[in-house]
Amino acid sequence: MKTRLASGAAALAILIALPAVLSSYQLSLLTKMLIFGIFAMSLDLLLGYAGLPSLGHAAYFGVAAYTVGLLALRVANNFWLDFPAGLLMAGGVSALFGLFALRARGSYFLMITLALGQVLWGIAFGWRSLTGGDDGLPSVPRPQLPLPWALTEGVPFYYFVLSFFALGAVVLWVIVSSPFGRALVGIRESEPRMEVLGYDVWRYKYVAFVLAGLFAGLAGNLFVYFNGFVSPSYLNIVFSASALLMVILGGAGTLIGAALGAAVIVFLENLISAYMERWVLVLGVIYVLVTLFAPHGLVGLVRQRLGSPPA
Amino acid sequence: MMALQVEQLSHRFGGLLALNDVNLVVAPGERLAIIGPNGAGKTTLFNIVTGIFRPTTGRIRLFGQDVTRLPPHRRAQLGLARTFQITTLFPRLTVLDSVLLAVQGLDPVRFRLHRPRETYRHLLARAEALLVDWGLADRCQQMTGRLSYGEQRQVELILALAGAPRVLLLDEPTAGLSPAETASVTEMIRRFSRDTTILLIEHDMDVALDLVDRVAVLFQGRVLAEGSKDKIRSDPEVAAIYLGTDDDA
Repeated sequence: MKTRLASGAAALAILIALPAVLSSYQLSLLTKMLIFGIFAMSLDLLLGYAGLPSLGHAAYFGVAAYTVGLLALRVANNFWLDFPAGLLMAGGVSALFGLFALRARGSYFLMITLALGQVLWGIAFGWRSLTGGDDGLPSVPRPQLPLPWALTEGVPFYYFVLSFFALGAVVLWVIVSSPFGRALVGIRESEPRMEVLGYDVWRYKYVAFVLAGLFAGLAGNLFVYFNGFVSPSYLNIVFSASALLMVILGGAGTLIGAALGAAVIVFLENLISAYMERWVLVLGVIYVLVTLFAPHGLVGLVRQRLGSPPA
Repeated sequence: MMALQVEQLSHRFGGLLALNDVNLVVAPGERLAIIGPNGAGKTTLFNIVTGIFRPTTGRIRLFGQDVTRLPPHRRAQLGLARTFQITTLFPRLTVLDSVLLAVQGLDPVRFRLHRPRETYRHLLARAEALLVDWGLADRCQQMTGRLSYGEQRQVELILALAGAPRVLLLDEPTAGLSPAETASVTEMIRRFSRDTTILLIEHDMDVALDLVDRVAVLFQGRVLAEGSKDKIRSDPEVAAIYLGTDDDA
């Protein structure tokens, strides 16, 4: 636990220092990595800890992004209104979807989450008057906070995102190490056993599902401020699948792995999209390579080298 | 008050009547073996008592309380524990982690999510005490899946004991074990607190009769005979259907 605290503090120190040496373009890439890192960690709570493979996790990210975007554009660009509203919508939608999705297990769970996610994509795509259809919502402004720095600048915005990332990572770490989080791992390993040991398995899975939705919403909130734009592609299956890939690539069942996977995918997407349009094809190839050669992800590879068993 | 009452229990799988009007009463602290040939309905009975299946008809009472409609975890909270015939342990968790999950399952902190589990010292103390008590302390950091089959059975029993159950259902605890492993597992069961009411499914007649006070014989979903060990030993009908087939095998 102490070494974790120390390495967490070291990582945070590096992240705090990085703006000093990065160009503004590199810094914006790093900001995006942190946002997607929150998103991947939220999915890892489901996939890696509770063993629930959701293929519709973009839904909560997208709902939050659209909520914040719509409120900021049409109602008021008020952080204290828009930001909580985004979280509330993401949490509300996951609370609703969880009721349906958790009736199923395994690949059926996967298909239901996929279907529910696509419903939201369909709404965002079709309801042009509200959502702008496939044009999305352009020019979403960043919030104005009573701070000495303007969030429209790259560096202050980076620190704004970093504080949410650090807070989110700590809260998620406490959750996965708590009695609740350990019980999720037990449920992943053997659900019938957990039932007879006295655990209300459904309740654990449902709370994990809603929490994961909330943190995905946090990422969606930050993303729409970062990007200034949201479109239906942030609600669809390709985005959900790339989130799954981030978690699997980094190492499911470790929060650091999910954050790392997100960073690698964001980096590769940025690199490869400059040369070719078939980014999804590359995602598929990465997925095949990871399942073949690193089934426990990057974190698993490192642990293997260090000689400790996978989690 | 009786520890466990099974009243007019029937269970149908499609066209098969797996249990047919089964009645059983077990007193607190009593040890009852349920024997019978394969397919007699023994495990189905356990699955209904623990709440994994809902019976087609009939009732289950635990210390007088009707639990027929309660889900498994609620019955566990009332002091009912079981082991499984097919191992459903946590193969990728350490022995200590597995026992911690079992200890935590009946503890009020089981749903807390705002503090790491290490900060609840009483959970670790209880888990370690159990492992020391049952002689698995030196295995506590091993992956459960890497233990020998006999040791996994011991872990299985510790998980069931972790919540200090009032009624414990043991489903063939010695199945597939070597004679030496069987001896150590039966020794362990013999050491269980006499306050714990035990129902034991056992294929091995010698093991069963060695451990219990009373025997019920299940055959084709019905209770064929019930009574003291001597009565069952000398029952000609039991000998014909159960011991007879055993000799053939």
